[in-house]
Amino acid sequence: MVIDTVIFYIAALLAVFGAIMMITVKNPVAAVMYLILSLIAQAVLYVQLGALFVGALLIIVYAGAILVLFLFVIMLLNLRGEQFEGGHPRLSLATKYFLSALFFIEAVIIFREASLALRFNAPMTAASETFGGVTQVAELLFTKYLYPFELTSILLLVAVVGAVIMAKRDKGEDS
Amino acid sequence: MVPITHFLILSSLLFVVGAAGVLLSRNLIVMFMSIELMLNAANLLLIAFSRHLNLMDGHVIVFIILTVAAAEAAVGLAIIINLFRNKETINADRFSLFKR
Repeated sequence: MVIDTVIFYIAALLAVFGAIMMITVKNPVAAVMYLILSLIAQAVLYVQLGALFVGALLIIVYAGAILVLFLFVIMLLNLRGEQFEGGHPRLSLATKYFLSALFFIEAVIIFREASLALRFNAPMTAASETFGGVTQVAELLFTKYLYPFELTSILLLVAVVGAVIMAKRDKGEDS
Repeated sequence: MVPITHFLILSSLLFVVGAAGVLLSRNLIVMFMSIELMLNAANLLLIAFSRHLNLMDGHVIVFIILTVAAAEAAVGLAIIINLFRNKETINADRFSLFKR
């Protein structure tokens, strides 16, 4: 089972590297590309955890659709040359770094306590053959979680209407 | 198989990088992408636990979170386009509409 561990570490490193590069790089287009790298590495982890369908969904919906929407907006607004200096930041940089470090320490403490309490360090048992397939996810989605699933359609409808209304130009300001 | 603790630590790392991105970045679009990254860290945790407990409910919840993220991206990008239209910038520090 060495190969599993190797795949995990490569994918985890790529995911964290992509995330860190995303928030540090200056060019927004490069930031989107690094986020896509991070998402693909996360999809590898999903597949490793047996979630074949959701892993495919992550690449198709997230990397394929949502982030392309981000790219569209960045190119539409033509942000490549914009400098993000100046303005009046509310918080000093030191405060921001301190808060980020505090978040991480909190997360580590929570997970340490949880793993001690529940003995998560025991190796995971082998999953059944059909775990995470399309059929199994769909079965749950249309039986146990039918109402949440239907509610997401209303959510999408509201989001579409809201986006159209907000992106629409007012009649008076046409030029 | 990799123990689940590894996934917990990776997920918290990704979440913290996302939170740091929201705090440190001045570009509204990068802040927005950091929020997406935080959603994805939570998704990874759900998938890991669903594998650990051998229950598939987590997959359905991730599916629904993906839908929410798509809706959020549509509305958020519309807001960003509107902000850019009004101020010709998306530097977060330049927006102080609520400041007296």
